[in-house]
Amino acid sequence: MSKPLRGLSLVWILGLALWIPSYGQELSYELTIKDHRFEPLELQVPAGKRFKLVVKNLDPTAEEFESHDLKLEKVIPGRSEGNLTVRPLKPGIYEFVGEFHQKTAKGRIVAK
Amino acid sequence: MLATAVIVLREVLEAALVVSIVLVATRGVVGRGAWISYGIVAGTLGALAVAAFADAISAAASGLGQEIFNATVLFIAVAMLGWHNVWMTRHGREMAANLKSVGTAVRVGDKPLYALSIVVTMAVLREGSELVLFLYGIASAGPGQTTELGLGFALGLAAGLMLAVGMYFGLLRVSAKHLFAVTGWLILLLAAGMAAQGAAYLVQADILPALGETIWDTSYVLPDDSVIGKLMHTLVGYTARPYGIQLGFYAVTLTVILALTKITQGSSRRIAA
Repeated sequence: MSKPLRGLSLVWILGLALWIPSYGQELSYELTIKDHRFEPLELQVPAGKRFKLVVKNLDPTAEEFESHDLKLEKVIPGRSEGNLTVRPLKPGIYEFVGEFHQKTAKGRIVAK
Repeated sequence: MLATAVIVLREVLEAALVVSIVLVATRGVVGRGAWISYGIVAGTLGALAVAAFADAISAAASGLGQEIFNATVLFIAVAMLGWHNVWMTRHGREMAANLKSVGTAVRVGDKPLYALSIVVTMAVLREGSELVLFLYGIASAGPGQTTELGLGFALGLAAGLMLAVGMYFGLLRVSAKHLFAVTGWLILLLAAGMAAQGAAYLVQADILPALGETIWDTSYVLPDDSVIGKLMHTLVGYTARPYGIQLGFYAVTLTVILALTKITQGSSRRIAA
């Protein structure tokens, strides 16, 4: 292996080693999209703790989960699910929408 | 209908502005129309492919495929924009001189056009794939809504193109003497903004640290999802609530491209002398 390549692999291995343990002991919440609506409409979460947000899209068409408050955006293809990591939140209300169906797909996360 | 129009406008705007800036930056270059058209066609085909394989992309890299893909597309565009600016410092002066004297096309070779063609491809690809998924959803929603939503689509597209055309002709009013400097700065800011956005995707994927959750919050004055917010986002990289690392990427991109430009300028002067 050439020197730069060896260096690069080392960076990747170190990165992975630091990165993997951050999963596992995580809190996890689930949102479902059906008929372009979120269920539940409101999620209560503890403030100051990072958690995993699983967004399940039961509709046949794609939806874009988007929240400027949470600084997250992710396309969830039809009949599939996407995982998002929500970083520790200050107490407050964080709104999110399904960008492709904003009229109906609205919800919020309340951090306490 | 209006809601659809606004979504379409937001998705189209970035790509349309990028194309108009690229068109101004390549003014007077032979074959630019063809290169930019290749970029748009390749981007559109790519967007269709990305939409078709959205499942596979999302599932890749333990569910982080989408973030990594978006960041990669952005960083490729940043590299190409930077390369273009560096290249222009070598050749811009002679081009400007030619434009001023005769106003005719100058043949300068096709090196920078490869780069800008790729920039156009990346811009159309990223925003286009979301648009394709959105429209596919509309089309399969049933015939009842199709006409109204189709009108919304046409309206949003027209508004996006009009803004881009307006920007193009606005920029063309800049005198040839200053045009290269102006487009150079536009491309520089475009690159820095894209780098900052790429960083945000990597923070979302938990690959990069945030280095400060919210450096400032101007979402009440100029929200990200407003049309002006999106416009500023494309042109100068505006974000209502940036992470610290986004500012870092912004600053580093500006510095690196400017430094490379200065170094190139120095060496090309020495060659000329």
